[in-house]
Amino acid sequence: MNIAQARRNDSLPSPRNRSPRRTRDYVTIALFLLPAVILFVLFLIYPIFRSAYYSLFNWNGMGPATHFIGFNNFKTILTDQVFQKAMENCLIIVVFSLIIQLPLALLLAIMVGRDLPGRVFFRSIFFMPYVISEVITGIIWISMFSPDPENGFINAILTLIPGVHPQLFLGDINQVMLCVFLVLTWKYFGLHMLLFMAGLQNIPRELEEAAMIDGANRWQSVWHVTVPLLATTIRTTTYLSVLGSLTQFNLIWIMTRGGPVNTSEVMATYMYRYAFIRFQFGYGSAVALVMLVFCLLFSVAYQWLNRSPDPLSGI
Amino acid sequence: MATVDYRRSDAFKKRLPRFFQYLVLGIMTLVIVVPLVIMVFGALKTRGMMFLHPYTLPIPPDWQNFATVLNTPSFWNMLRNSTFVMLCSTAGVLIVCSLAAFVFARIQFRGKDLAFNFLTLGLMFPITVAIMPVYLVIRQMHLVDTLLAVILVQIAFGVSGNTLILRGFFLSIPAELQDAASIDGCTSFDFFWRILLPLARPALAAVGALTMIVSWNDFLTPLVLLNSDKLWTLPLGTMQFQGQYSADMALTAAFVTLSALPAILFYLFAERQIVAGLTAGALKG
Repeated sequence: MNIAQARRNDSLPSPRNRSPRRTRDYVTIALFLLPAVILFVLFLIYPIFRSAYYSLFNWNGMGPATHFIGFNNFKTILTDQVFQKAMENCLIIVVFSLIIQLPLALLLAIMVGRDLPGRVFFRSIFFMPYVISEVITGIIWISMFSPDPENGFINAILTLIPGVHPQLFLGDINQVMLCVFLVLTWKYFGLHMLLFMAGLQNIPRELEEAAMIDGANRWQSVWHVTVPLLATTIRTTTYLSVLGSLTQFNLIWIMTRGGPVNTSEVMATYMYRYAFIRFQFGYGSAVALVMLVFCLLFSVAYQWLNRSPDPLSGI
Repeated sequence: MATVDYRRSDAFKKRLPRFFQYLVLGIMTLVIVVPLVIMVFGALKTRGMMFLHPYTLPIPPDWQNFATVLNTPSFWNMLRNSTFVMLCSTAGVLIVCSLAAFVFARIQFRGKDLAFNFLTLGLMFPITVAIMPVYLVIRQMHLVDTLLAVILVQIAFGVSGNTLILRGFFLSIPAELQDAASIDGCTSFDFFWRILLPLARPALAAVGALTMIVSWNDFLTPLVLLNSDKLWTLPLGTMQFQGQYSADMALTAAFVTLSALPAILFYLFAERQIVAGLTAGALKG
């Protein structure tokens, strides 16, 4: 029996009521938790075990899975050059997000700060792409990147410079990942900026002022005071950003379908292609599990690195 | 003299960073807004105008593209499907998550932390990772190609995050209130229904607004679970339309504009709730 419960029972009107009340509590607990637990187990936990089972079979989804092949699916995945390319691309997105997208969001959040006139306006504008669906974002940017200057705004601007030819962008094996990353940044940096702005609200202004009085200039006070105090928010955005990059699907599928010649393939598009276009359910399940393991490994590493307490709560 | 000089350089020092700040923010604003504006302009042009002057102001505006899209029955059908799925998912998430969050915030029982950690495991796997296994289960339940499947999956993947957010809000409501209510003879359910939920209305609005956006924009779940085009939601239909009419840029732009409009209007209307939901979720998670 834990302390909190004992304490709560003490405050009950009379000892006689205790026992029926506790029974009633257990009925409440069971009834209230049931819908969440059922949905959660049925659509998250059970499916994962189910696909762990299927990942050991060569199975096209028709009839029962009978062709047991052990860990062969995993062997094929990890040695497939296309999957290696997909992992590489996921890693590129992770790294670029961490070194470009997040610092950009942080910089803009600090610029808008707490009281810049027009703060709410900028927040609303920068966050708007997050609310627009990936399909619409993708279609807008397909047309922006169109190789024909008559349809593609970016090429229209570029070809104004004498001697510059229209670029293929999404159709060019060397440019496609850069273009995809630009669109990802366009769509998602607003979310991170929003979180940084919320984090900034929690930092007492006096701390920065104290640093300025002690002779720090604006940048020193931002770098040595504001950024360290935002550590918790930075960790959260890092987590969201890495997990989102590892499992990126929508924008890439809509804009390039992993092409041209697999140069923008990521793990999720690879899985989708095998599972839902080639109907290799056993193989697709195995790919899903590999992705799941990557996500779990990252989450565990994150929890482990994240043991140090929040600097603000120490103040 | 010296004081004047000092003051002037001080004002200058203060104004230059401001100017620089607005310059950078202005450029970023353009980067965000220009693609959207080009799309809306394109939608207001005839095909010929689109060909001759693709990026100029649409003068005079031509409303024919919008009329064409609005006269397509399939557009209204998709709008209806999307709205139906969104309303059901949001209602489902609010009911399921507020019940669970109430238990975790307000009732003590053995194994509570374990149960809570279990239920928030979902934060670690985004839906992309689980969609393949989920499809197999939906197929086993013979729910493939139904809107019910999309709704159930959306609710299930909303459980972890939204229970976490609502629990945070419920915890902030003082425990004395519940003691007082129980002395007055309130059962747990009475307290939940008559006192806690009305008090938590802002939190429910935040979770609701966020869920509406997520459901409205969801692409992967309907893509995998729906086959027949009469069940398609707007994102699926928009992608299909773009593939079919990619030669007619102006018409595609009109379709995309109209399908973006509900989300943008909703955002302008409920920005505060969406922002509150996101920041609460992320900062507690």
